[in-house]
This record gives sequence, C-alpha cells and structure tokens, in this order.
Amino acid sequence: MNTASDVTSRRDGAAVPPIRDTAARRGSVFLSSHPRARLWLLLSAPLTWLVVVYIVALVALLITAFWKVDSFTGEIQIDWTFDNIVTVITGSLYHVVTLRTLGVALAVTIIDIALALPIAFYMAKVASPRMQRILVIAVLMPLWASYLVKVYAWRSVLSGEGILQWVLNPFGIEGPGYGITATIITLSYLWLPYVILPIYAGLERVPDSLIEASSDLGAKSWSSIRLIVFPMILPAIIAGSIFSFCLSLGDYITVNIVGGASQMLGNLVYTNVGTANNLPLAAAVALIPIVIIFGYLFTVRRTGALDNL
Amino acid sequence: MKLSRVSRGVLASATGVVLFLIYVPLMVVLVNSFSTSQSLSWPPPGFTLEWWGKAFQSQGALEAVGTSVQVGIIATVVALVLGTAISFALQRFEFFGRDAVSLLVILPIALPGIITGIALNNFFRTILGVPLSIWTVVIAHATFCVVTVFNNVIARLRRMGTSLEEASADLGAGVWTTFRLITFPQLRSALFAGGLLAFALSFDEIIVTTFTAGVGVTTLPIFILDNMFRPAQAPIVSVIAVVMILVSIVPIWVAQRLAGNEKVVR
Repeated sequence: MNTASDVTSRRDGAAVPPIRDTAARRGSVFLSSHPRARLWLLLSAPLTWLVVVYIVALVALLITAFWKVDSFTGEIQIDWTFDNIVTVITGSLYHVVTLRTLGVALAVTIIDIALALPIAFYMAKVASPRMQRILVIAVLMPLWASYLVKVYAWRSVLSGEGILQWVLNPFGIEGPGYGITATIITLSYLWLPYVILPIYAGLERVPDSLIEASSDLGAKSWSSIRLIVFPMILPAIIAGSIFSFCLSLGDYITVNIVGGASQMLGNLVYTNVGTANNLPLAAAVALIPIVIIFGYLFTVRRTGALDNL
Repeated sequence: MKLSRVSRGVLASATGVVLFLIYVPLMVVLVNSFSTSQSLSWPPPGFTLEWWGKAFQSQGALEAVGTSVQVGIIATVVALVLGTAISFALQRFEFFGRDAVSLLVILPIALPGIITGIALNNFFRTILGVPLSIWTVVIAHATFCVVTVFNNVIARLRRMGTSLEEASADLGAGVWTTFRLITFPQLRSALFAGGLLAFALSFDEIIVTTFTAGVGVTTLPIFILDNMFRPAQAPIVSVIAVVMILVSIVPIWVAQRLAGNEKVVR
C-alpha cells in the first residue's frame, strides 16, 4: 500500500490533498446523506427478483386452484369455481394421503430429535475440543452428499437382496422392504444432520457455568438437564423440527424410490400436474402442505425458533 | 459438564451408533460400485472395475456434470449479489415490512420444492410464455439460493458492527472506498461460505429442476434419477454416487480451513 507516504507528508504539515469532485464521489456523498436512497438501492434488485419471479408465480398458482380444466381440450379455463377445493377437502383419497403424509412427517421429526439429542449433547458438552471438531465434520459430511445419492443408498440397503435383509436373515426376520417404513427411515436419514446442527448450536450457547451452578446447588445431572438445559435449547429443537417436518411434508422423490406403491401429498400434486394434466387440482392439493406449514411456523414463531434456523 | 461414567459411556455409544447408521448406507454404495451384481444384492457376488470405467466414459454423465456446474455457478453469482444486498438492507436499516422481506427470502426454500417447481413452471410457460431452457433452471435455482447467502452474510454483519465503517467514513473515505477496503474484507469468508452452500444446493436440487428444465437440459440429479431404475445403468449410478460423496469432502475441508483461519485472525 502506498498510504505510508501520504501519512508522512501529512505529518510534515503538507496540505491534505483536495477531494476530487468525481461522479463516484458525488454519488457517495448523496448516499451517505440519504439513508433511504441507500436502502432503496439495496432493496430494489432483490425485491424485484423475489416478488416478480416468486410471489407472482406462487400467487398465480394459488389462483389457478380456483379455475378448472376443460375436460375435452385439457386447457385451463378461467372459470371461477370452488370445485377443486371442495374435491380436496371432501375426497377420501386426500384425507388418507394427508394423514399418511402428516404421520410420516411427525414420525421422521420424532425419530430425528430422538437421535439428534444424545449426539448433539455429546458433541457440545462431553467431547474434547478435538473430538468435537471431528464429530462436527463427521455429521456435516453426509449433509453435503447428494440427496439422491442418499436415497439411492437406502434403496440399496433396503432392497430385497440388500444388506439389511442379509443381516436379518439369520434371525429369520423379514426386512421392511420398500414401503412407508422405508420412506420414514430414509427421510429420517436425509434430514438428521439438519436437526443435529441447530440443536448442537443451541447446546453450545448454554454456558457451562449455569450447569455448574445448578449442580453446586445440589441438582443431579438429570435435573440440571431437564430444568436448565432443556428449556434453553427448546427453540433450537423446534428449529430442527421445522427442517424435518417441512421437508418431509413436500417430498415425493424419496417415496418414489423407496416407498413402493405408497403415495404422499407430493405424489398427488405430481400426478395431477403430469399424467392427469390438471394444474388447478394440483394447485388445490398443494394448498394442503402450504396451510400445514404456515400453521406450524405460526405456532412455533413465539418460541423464537425461527431465529435458530 | 460433570457426568457419571455410565452416562458418559451411554452418550458416547449412542453417538457411535448414530454415526455408524449415518455411514453404513454410504459404504454399501461404495462397495456396490465394484459389485458384479446389477441388482444391488448383498453380499456382492464378485468384484469388478467395469462400472468405474463405463461411468467415466459415459457421455450422458459427463454432459450432465457440465450442465450442473454451469447452472450452479450462474445461480450462485446471482444469489451472491441479491443475498448480500438484502442482508445489508435488513441488518442496517429499520423499515416498514422488514419482517415480510425476511420471510420472502426464506419462503422459496421453506415451501416444498414441488410447489415452487409447479409455480415456476406455470409462471414461465403460461404467464410469460417462454419455453423452458437452461436459463429457467438458473432463475429458479438463484431464487432459492438467495437464502444461504443471506443467512451467512447477515450473521456476519450482526457480529461486525458498524464502528470500523464509521471510522473509515470519519477519515474521509466515501461509500465505495469503505465498502472495498473495510466492509468487503470482513465479509469475504461469509460470502465464500454462502456461495459454497448456494452452489451445493443448486448442484443437488432435483425437484424444482425437474419442473423448470427444458427438453434436453439434463443436470446431474436428473441424470441420476433417470438412470436409477434402469438395471443396466444402476451400477454406473453407484459410481457417480461414490464420486459425489468423495467430492463433497472438498467443501467441508474448505469450510473447516476457513473457520480455522478466522479464529487465528480474531
């Protein structure tokens, strides 16, 4: 850097070089005296992009739910109707699939939290710093591995001639094969790192001194965990559950690969768009997970979980 | 924390079991990529290098990698620009609708991929009337990649504070000079981490891609999905899977080094 010479010349009492009046300088002066202009400059591009590309697309899709498809031509008719919504709310197929999807998402969330808590606790509070680093990498690594690769891996494991059946054979047990159980296992596997990481970060933020104070005051370690640690990491646990719950709710690829013939909400949307060519009905079905997700996010908002994502 | 020997042991073994469960499926894929069986049978009846040779000569696979890299890079660049701008706006300013804007950033990733997918498909084809191509994929990917950059940059901005920037302005530096010499160097590693995540997200995305890719635009995930159920191709998919697992070590290594360097600087 050549600023050193500038500084010495100033020490010598030489005049500070006059600020040249360039366009950049004038822009800079304008921006530093007009914070609103600065804000608009920052917001205009991203907001335009997100609103034009995303919000318009999303709103258009949701409006489509109130239109219908001409049964002869297969074209979408702009003809306002609640038929699709009524079909989705009253049809028993949609009830069954919604309940199944919710069940899968809940099961995945519970399994993931149950698996994540001990490992996150061990990483944050028990392991040595060196071990901690290794464990973080070990947990992160499958996060980076491709989604499809992981689903494919479970397809290999759960296949009728796969390793799981090979392990179970000597005990005479039949493996789960492809189906809902396989879907739950695979989804739990997919989202596990997403659940471990926020809980681990939450535990890291619990000061050891609090736990020590609690034990100095006579609490057993289990009481300390229940009364001190758990309330403090609850938002982090909920943050983790947002990942596993919301991601499971919309999935259809995993079900296609390991779920055998079972369907989830995502599959219904997919078949309505693809083979049935009925975008309005697909949009109406898509409303189900949207409503559930917004309901869930709204409920957990108060816990501060959204800041832990 | 003080724990009894038993509870430490229980925690350690639970951790071990979970890690074992995490890695077994990946190991199975690794072994299968050398297996002579085409039907994922275990234990492998024999071993061969045939699939590895075929995978590296597969024109489709190589082209798919090229497409994915291209989409990933452009989407990441767009996401870096948009994500950085929006983090500054949200972190440095108070304005009406701030919460709505932060929700807007998260929404494309929070809603299920299939909803984003059919919404964008409908938007491009019906509303805009543009044919699907590689660019529609790029636009879609950039939209949901903004959030990863946003998360990293805004976290950094929160920690940075504004005192250094104010000092720079007090010393006479303009907005651009301050950004170039003060703000950007502090943001660099956060931008790198966010960009890396954005690229990884784009590289791996399958659902939105399915709905926004034009005819003949085959990204690597689309290639994998297309070939997974073909018996003759399945072992090649195993090879690609192994390569992808190995490649995924690179970003972790980089991220870890970055984290290490930062601790030294601080």
